[in-house]
Amino acid sequence: MLLDEDVALKIGIPKEIFPGELRVAGTPATVKKLIASGHQVLVEAGAGVAAGYPDEGFRAAGASVVSPEAVWGDADIVTKIRPPGHLGSGGGARDEVALLREGGTLVSFIWPAQSPDLVKSLAMRRANVFAMDQVPRITRAQKLDALSSMANLTGYRAVIEAAAAYGSPFTGQVTAAGKIPPAKVLVIGAGVAGLAALGTAKSLGAIVRAFDTRPAVREQIQSMGAEFLMLDFKEDGTGQGGYAKTMSPEFIAAEMALFATQAKDVDIIITTALIPGKPAPKLLIADTVRLMKPGSVIVDLAAEQGGNCEFTVPGKAVTKDGVTIIGYTDLASRMAIQASQLYGTNIVHFMDVLCPKGQWNLNLQDEILRGSIVLEGGELRWPPPAPAAVSAPASAAVSTPAPAKAAPAARTGGHGHGATSKPQISLLAISLILAGIIALGAVTPASFLSHFTVFVLACFIGYQVVWNVTAALHTPLMSVTNAISGIIVIGAMVQLTPDWSQPANWISGVAVLLATINIAGEFLVTQRMLKMFRK
Amino acid sequence: MSLNISVASYLVASVLFILSLGGLSTQETARRGNLFGIAGILLAILATALNPAMNGYAMLAVALSIGVVIGAVLAARVAMTSMPELVAILHSFVGLAAVLVGIANAMTFVGAVGEGHGSAETLIHHVEVILGIFIGAVTFTGSLIAFAKLKGSISGKPLMLPGRHGLNIVICLAAIGFGWGYVQSGTASDISWLIGIAILAGVLGVHMVMAIGGADMPVVVSMLNSYSGWAAAATGFLLANDLLIVTGALVGSSGAILSYIMCRAMNRSFFSVIMGGFGTDGGTSPAAGAATKSQGEVTSMTAEETAELLKESRSVVIIPGYGMAVAHAQHPIREITDILRKKGVNVRFAIHPVAGRLPGHMNVLLAEANLPYDIVLEMDEINDDLPETDVVIVVGANDIVNPSAQTDAASPIFGMPVLEAWKAKVCIVLKRGMASGYAGVDNPLFYEPNTRMLFGDAKKSIDAVLKALM
Repeated sequence: MLLDEDVALKIGIPKEIFPGELRVAGTPATVKKLIASGHQVLVEAGAGVAAGYPDEGFRAAGASVVSPEAVWGDADIVTKIRPPGHLGSGGGARDEVALLREGGTLVSFIWPAQSPDLVKSLAMRRANVFAMDQVPRITRAQKLDALSSMANLTGYRAVIEAAAAYGSPFTGQVTAAGKIPPAKVLVIGAGVAGLAALGTAKSLGAIVRAFDTRPAVREQIQSMGAEFLMLDFKEDGTGQGGYAKTMSPEFIAAEMALFATQAKDVDIIITTALIPGKPAPKLLIADTVRLMKPGSVIVDLAAEQGGNCEFTVPGKAVTKDGVTIIGYTDLASRMAIQASQLYGTNIVHFMDVLCPKGQWNLNLQDEILRGSIVLEGGELRWPPPAPAAVSAPASAAVSTPAPAKAAPAARTGGHGHGATSKPQISLLAISLILAGIIALGAVTPASFLSHFTVFVLACFIGYQVVWNVTAALHTPLMSVTNAISGIIVIGAMVQLTPDWSQPANWISGVAVLLATINIAGEFLVTQRMLKMFRK
Repeated sequence: MSLNISVASYLVASVLFILSLGGLSTQETARRGNLFGIAGILLAILATALNPAMNGYAMLAVALSIGVVIGAVLAARVAMTSMPELVAILHSFVGLAAVLVGIANAMTFVGAVGEGHGSAETLIHHVEVILGIFIGAVTFTGSLIAFAKLKGSISGKPLMLPGRHGLNIVICLAAIGFGWGYVQSGTASDISWLIGIAILAGVLGVHMVMAIGGADMPVVVSMLNSYSGWAAAATGFLLANDLLIVTGALVGSSGAILSYIMCRAMNRSFFSVIMGGFGTDGGTSPAAGAATKSQGEVTSMTAEETAELLKESRSVVIIPGYGMAVAHAQHPIREITDILRKKGVNVRFAIHPVAGRLPGHMNVLLAEANLPYDIVLEMDEINDDLPETDVVIVVGANDIVNPSAQTDAASPIFGMPVLEAWKAKVCIVLKRGMASGYAGVDNPLFYEPNTRMLFGDAKKSIDAVLKALM
């Protein structure tokens, strides 16, 4: 790749040509950020119109608005959402692979495992190709994880589509005209999309449940206010890279039984189960769907990979035995304004890695670049060597990668042992102290012992009283105790004499003075402090 | 006034002091508690003054009136951020007073008790004098050093003399030797031994506090608080005065409990704090420091973006630390809180037990800024709410929000209870730069993907956020 170090890199944003695709790989806001990091940006005329970003906005952000040929031909790096493809035939036809210049660079969703032909044709162009779908699921890469950002929107939209198709409100109410029962929603697969769906359904007022083969996501499901459906079966479905793996036949049988029971009860089922490199598992077989109440809705987020439901038709909503099965594959595109903004931001962060400060830096030691690169100058670099260790945070997701953090492994220290709980004094220590006091009695005179009695009892009272003080008042506690420790003043007072020539008298006088400063100062400042505490 | 009445008055004063501390258990009763304390001490002084054994009113009148005036001026003038300094310097007064009372008592001993040399009573008296002077002197000089460190007149860094534990032990042994000399000396009013003890104890106090770092000051100040109580109690034994004993015991145990709470909140033993420095107790810190070096990138954010984010959130938790006090940022924070609360945002504050330089210091600063105390919560009350919080703002705090305290067993602060700021949806950290906190531990929180750094002086950043919100 020949790139002049002194000339800014040109980043191209072409219009998406996939039928029905509304999104665009950049918005004026993300373009501004690219330019701020030292890039030039070329945007195809009309690229953002469908997503609600007209050309003027891009121009105002500092981009050049150019023809399709210029975007593909002049840009050093072309950024897209959908994998490159063909549109139409004859004069107006467009073949994106052919438009990409020899030795150019493409950043896009590629799905290299599913589309070997595309990878081959890109290799013929000797291109550098990075697949946004192959960005490794590590903590550092979360901000450029486009799968997650899209899945989040998809999960939200799935609930909205379900709500639109469902003939009853989600939220339960008691009205003058009668009771409206809340809708019951089951989400299968608690990845990013699944969790987003849970949260959305919950905030619409539905009763939400979720099922996942990976026990680790239980806490995340519960934190969304959903019920985690347990399968009485010991098998951990956690696979590599945060995805689930294929389960044993016994497990699948138990799972099917659970779905059948749930199907009779719930109104909405949203499925998000995917296993990488394999067709989506068929979780909702015809018999299960038939158990559902008429008017129920299934949203199948795995439709593009064949669907989790036997009746799913990718891209369409169909009705079978009174149950609507939604298999749309463009849910993220249906929220093109935000989807473009999020994807564009993912691209900005990707560029920060690929060409920080406007300088090309293809460093294959970098996990993100090594994971996402498919072709380097036409040479196949995919799949990357197996990662040394997939980080724990990637612990979520049947269908999609998840940014959610695993719960901290170590929970020692703080929890359950509040910082303000009383210490437990061992029996041995108590016995020793008590024995010591008795021994003291044997060797000391009665007058001392009576004072000592007072002292020990006062320590106990102090111990009990002080533990009741609220932590918010610890500063006033210190100032009050300090003030009353000025009681030492009476010790000095009783030693005062009228004889001003005695040094002892002067010493006591100074002691009185110091103690008085302390008493007056601390009590007054405490009063001042306490006045400030208000509700 | 008869002796019985004055003894009864002392009893009443003791009860008033206990009620005073009891009153502090809630904010509602705290002011009444303080008034009980004032009433108790006035009663005690009055009862002593009217005691038939009392004379020397002229000196008393002069000392009392000057003392009250100085005290009142100090109390009225002190800024709330300087509370730790005030508390420290006043501790030193109590310590010095205890030394002076002990010496004055020793000078007049023969006439006062008149018992023979060598009796058990005399021995106990001598031991009480020695103890009172020793504890008083340690409190005195230790508090002075704590004062200077808090004020910034001397560096907050721990002073690590070679063989410093040995030095402490030698000083203690020497003090015991001097005490033995005092007990053995025929003339009880010979105070040169006692002055020697006071000087040795003074050096010990200086050395002990010099070795303790700035952020450990909450423990030191509570510890000195405790000592000043024990000094008063020792004086009480010396003068056979139950009121002094009771009060000293109350104060002493209060300070001890506070020290314990502070140590617990840092997951450190009391001894490791007193022995000084951080990480000097385990010997693991250099290796741990390397192991905990965080990887990753820091995402920064502008004040305007922060304001936008705050406008759109439903719940916000602010975690203040000593940095807020240093920058005097509590007032603009209150204005931001007011604006957000008017918009219906649920704004709360999370206080770690060791935030600041004095136990409960943050609560006082926030109260001073007119923030209602019912939105200021303790760590245990709020930690469980943080995962559902939209935005957490960390102002000038570091170690108390460090996730490695929970995750990294090699970290020197592992096991310390912390505020789980990283669990919030977004965590904004206000910080000058990427320096590590007092413990010298790198903070992985800054590299979390949901963390945004707002670099700059806390006050300026907060002001800029406030401007953008208005």
